[in-house]
Amino acid sequence: MSGEFRRAARTALADERLRANMQNATRTIRDRRARAVSELPDWEELRDAGQAIKADVLARLDDYLLQFEAAVETAGGQVHWARDAAEANAIVVEIARTHGIDEVVKVKSLTTDEIRLNEALARAGISALETDFAELILQLDGDWPSHILVPAIHRNRREIRALFEQTIAPGPLSDDPNELAETARAYLREKFLDARMGISGANFGVAETGTICIVESEGNGRMCTTVPELLVSILGIEKLVPRFEDLEVFLQLLPRSATGERMNPYTSLFTGVSDGDGPDELHVVLLDAGRTRVLADTIGRQALHCIRCSACLNVCPVYSRTGGHAYGSVYPGPIGAILTPQLIGVEQAPSLPFASTLCGACYEVCPVKIDIPAVLLHLRARAVETGAPRQERLAMALAGWLFGGAGRFRLIQRLARICQRPFVSHGAITRLPGPLHDWTRGRDLRPVAGESFRAWWRRTRR
Amino acid sequence: MSSARDEMLARVRLALRDGAPPPAIPRAYRRGAGPEPAGLVDLLTGRLVDYGSEVHHIERAAIATAVDEVCAARCARRVVLPPGLPADWRPTRVEGVPDSGLDARQLDAFDGVVTGCTVAIAETGTLVLSSAAPEGRRLLTLIPDLHVCVVVSEQIVDSVPAAIARLAPLARLRARPLTLVSGPSATSDIELSRVEGVHGPRQLVVLIAT
Repeated sequence: MSGEFRRAARTALADERLRANMQNATRTIRDRRARAVSELPDWEELRDAGQAIKADVLARLDDYLLQFEAAVETAGGQVHWARDAAEANAIVVEIARTHGIDEVVKVKSLTTDEIRLNEALARAGISALETDFAELILQLDGDWPSHILVPAIHRNRREIRALFEQTIAPGPLSDDPNELAETARAYLREKFLDARMGISGANFGVAETGTICIVESEGNGRMCTTVPELLVSILGIEKLVPRFEDLEVFLQLLPRSATGERMNPYTSLFTGVSDGDGPDELHVVLLDAGRTRVLADTIGRQALHCIRCSACLNVCPVYSRTGGHAYGSVYPGPIGAILTPQLIGVEQAPSLPFASTLCGACYEVCPVKIDIPAVLLHLRARAVETGAPRQERLAMALAGWLFGGAGRFRLIQRLARICQRPFVSHGAITRLPGPLHDWTRGRDLRPVAGESFRAWWRRTRR
Repeated sequence: MSSARDEMLARVRLALRDGAPPPAIPRAYRRGAGPEPAGLVDLLTGRLVDYGSEVHHIERAAIATAVDEVCAARCARRVVLPPGLPADWRPTRVEGVPDSGLDARQLDAFDGVVTGCTVAIAETGTLVLSSAAPEGRRLLTLIPDLHVCVVVSEQIVDSVPAAIARLAPLARLRARPLTLVSGPSATSDIELSRVEGVHGPRQLVVLIAT
């Protein structure tokens, strides 16, 4: 198929240090998750509930959106609707401008990465400071996240030390993680104390109460949503849950699936504005940006159930070898392979549905039971419809014809037995000529057997 | 031209036009009523310690003394107190300053904060703050480096659903912000090794009063 992922993956696979980092990291988080999940006797029941709640949200999304909007407004917040990334960015820029703000502090948010908010703010002369430790590292280095949960997982401590020494550190550092974290703390604390505007995404929005839920570890999320006088939270429309009680399911599923903790250090829940506690102005931006298109596809829409835990990344045999950058998408790994092509159109990312072995490990760990392999197959079919390379279509048509008749099949077997001779060594074909070379670049091919099963049957059972 | 709101709602309705009815939500997971109250204190203690908090079991009459001792041990000389902190919880041997709407910079000059909590979840080692009188504003428990939190044993529940059942009326009745705290601030962003203390309090000391 289209070579984008394949080309990027080849580069990533050639980087041995990256591969070692990724293997080590994914294995560690995988084990932690397995331990945390095994502590709960009712894990499967929680998954069933999580899946059904998300399906319910989508089935009545229009009602829940209106209910959420009304609840936020009753609690003193303002709700904005954004059809696409440009509209969302314009809303945020306008809010900042109206308040005369030229610097904002941000909570880590994939949604704002997706709409490239930081770039839009920069074009408007507003600097956006990422305050999550890993996001800060990437921002200081002009780099891009490689994992949903630990975005700088491809960086080691020596690289981080060198980066900090060049950018934010007052003096020479050691590569002790405690000292590196202390450096970030000191640098960011000054920024927090003076911050006037915060920007966040959201893990969940409760339709019934208008409550926004932010799940985090470091406290930067609490800082950004509590210290500034002005807060903007951007939610994809699929982030709603119907009732407050539904949080009892997701606050168990998410931390254990994500970091493998029983509970993450900090979870913030806020509803509109509260007198004398936190921001006195809250803006909530509801974002479409392709989500309604995903919703229209009855098989593909389950991708909108995703709670961004990243468990599927860590178990994926493809992701754990290539890392996240090869996907060329804000959402990497198995979930990225089904979400990104649907959000931006299969024709824009036709190689992503093929970035999988269909082993099904992602489906098994998914806390909301998204059948990722089924959606991958569905999207592969669409990618082929919209533009399989001509060579491949011809090859498949030819194969279909040859395999379609017993005589033709016998003939091609006989021909193959003769033609393969120069390429077989030690019982395998490791290199085919011409356009077929692509097939053997990454794998060996077993040669056609010297005797077919039918021939063997005739010879021995007569 | 229609508004973004109208158009998005129309798109959603169009996408769902042949839609199946929403599924029934199976709630076969555990919803409260686990171990006996006596077991809850031990479970909570174990889980808090596991994630880097210090825990002391004390008698209800000795809360102020315990607060004094923790502050002395952690070299906290000046602590901020929510105005609604019960009088007999207030430290006597260190300076306790009631919050009067201090800003973030002023709070940064304090060594610690002493609060109560609304609910504690044993299974996950979680303290839930709801800006109630003994807890104060969110900022108080965020800026100072030491958080001393008093848990009264009746506040302990076994599981997340049991806690949500207690919190839901608060969320519905008066939309108070809630903060769930499970151990000190932490990051695992550097090669996945856990570092405690990034932006929130680096030290969390929990006093369980029975």
